Amino acid sequence: MHPFALARADDAAKAIVAHSQDPHLAFIAGGTDLIGLMKDHAARPERLLDINHLPGLARIEARPDGGLHIGALAHMSDVAADLEVRRRFPVIAESLLFAASGQLRNMATIGGNIMQRTRCAYFRDEDDLPCNKRRPGSSCSALHGVNRNHAIFGWSEACVATHPSDLAVALAALDPVVIVRGPTGQRSIPFTDFHRLPGSTPERDNVLERGDLIMAIDVPARPEGRASHYLKVRDRQSYEFALVSVAAAVAADGGRIESVRLAMGGVAHKPWRLGAAEAALRGASLDDRDALRVAIATSFGDARPLAHNAFKVELAQRAALRAVQTAGARA
Amino acid sequence: MSEAYKRGFGEAARDKSPVATVTVALTVNGKPQRVTVEPRMTLLDALREELGLTGTKKGCDRGECGACTVHIEGRRVLSCMTLAAMQEGRRITTIEGLEQNGKLHPLQEAFIAHDGFQCGFCTSGQIMSGVAVIEEAKAGWPSAATADVRSPFSLGDLSDAEIRERMSGNLCRCACYPNIVDAIAEATGR
Repeated sequence: MHPFALARADDAAKAIVAHSQDPHLAFIAGGTDLIGLMKDHAARPERLLDINHLPGLARIEARPDGGLHIGALAHMSDVAADLEVRRRFPVIAESLLFAASGQLRNMATIGGNIMQRTRCAYFRDEDDLPCNKRRPGSSCSALHGVNRNHAIFGWSEACVATHPSDLAVALAALDPVVIVRGPTGQRSIPFTDFHRLPGSTPERDNVLERGDLIMAIDVPARPEGRASHYLKVRDRQSYEFALVSVAAAVAADGGRIESVRLAMGGVAHKPWRLGAAEAALRGASLDDRDALRVAIATSFGDARPLAHNAFKVELAQRAALRAVQTAGARA
Repeated sequence: MSEAYKRGFGEAARDKSPVATVTVALTVNGKPQRVTVEPRMTLLDALREELGLTGTKKGCDRGECGACTVHIEGRRVLSCMTLAAMQEGRRITTIEGLEQNGKLHPLQEAFIAHDGFQCGFCTSGQIMSGVAVIEEAKAGWPSAATADVRSPFSLGDLSDAEIRERMSGNLCRCACYPNIVDAIAEATGR
């Protein structure tokens, strides 16, 4: 790793000021993504500010109204093990348990999880291959390169990378807010607005500005929360990023879908919400596979697969079908 | 904790002067230790190079193989993916700290009994991870192999499939996996 300076933050306000005034400063919490990026020379901060000791940011709180407050510094393992998280939003616990390994889940934080950068092999290449995310203007090596793991929705000529977080997919289905504190105060960002599509500026993964610090994620009570499920399809059985993944949450009455929330991972630069399918699935019987299949297909008309990932279009729809049925069986 | 670390970034750092070292006080295997390191030194390198604790192995150095697994405050972590300078005041346990009064840890005994290794390079990471797997199961943590995470989990639910899933962050190129699973199963007392 390149040399850098390290300091410890004891006060959020001071940390935010330091970050806002210094373009070469990065916050570090669990470090499981940042240290990997630094080892691969894909991130070169000159100063790291250790935010692990900021007070009050690791709370996991089951709210009386059925919602959930997850502090940004809560560890993945603690959130996944929390019995109220598991009962209220099994999709959140499952998305965490299907991610990384036991060791990494003990280190990585919730704030860092949604900030992790793409696993695109060109972006992470130690030889610094052309990548607009890494070096804006250098072009996208994956567009006409090996793009089996890349996007089928929402990509641009500038970037075809996917977002690697499993948790972000579960959250995208539940419409929480990200509570962010910046130099001018605190604000709430709707989760589906947090991550960006690449457009012409793929170097920006999300809408955060310099000086912004994620404080927490607030998940409101959802009637679909208890009957939710995370399905992850990958090349290995465990300890691997998703080819495609699905977060499904279902409210059903007598086997008929009243409302459903559906988001997918591994298909776009951000967690991909299946809005059209959600609308089309309303009223469908959970046992009627053909009806479910047709409804889910309404979200795939605009899929644009690349040279090596056309299989994802079919795989994603099958995964969505299974996830809806599995979640529905919990209703 | 070093004064420089507590004080924050000095003017020197902003001027791109040579990076200052950091002195960190931490407890390793029950013994208070002080190490003076560059901020970029990982905990793994500090354990091996500064403290001479070479039982912890450097495999991939990228958080992919699990050979460097140690415990921080009783929890399993990858020592290659965290900085030594961030461990001020923390309690670290390595493979060298598992035996007590000359007696091997029950999981170390079980690895010998079940022939849970061949070349041995991944073994310290496997054992550190396995010890934690048993503790996590006792604490009621579910895993990706748990059929329904909404239900409470207990040590009795720690099936072979559960052990395999929970140990998936520890690779073994000799493929001793079946024997590793047997060793951990025995150490749970089932």
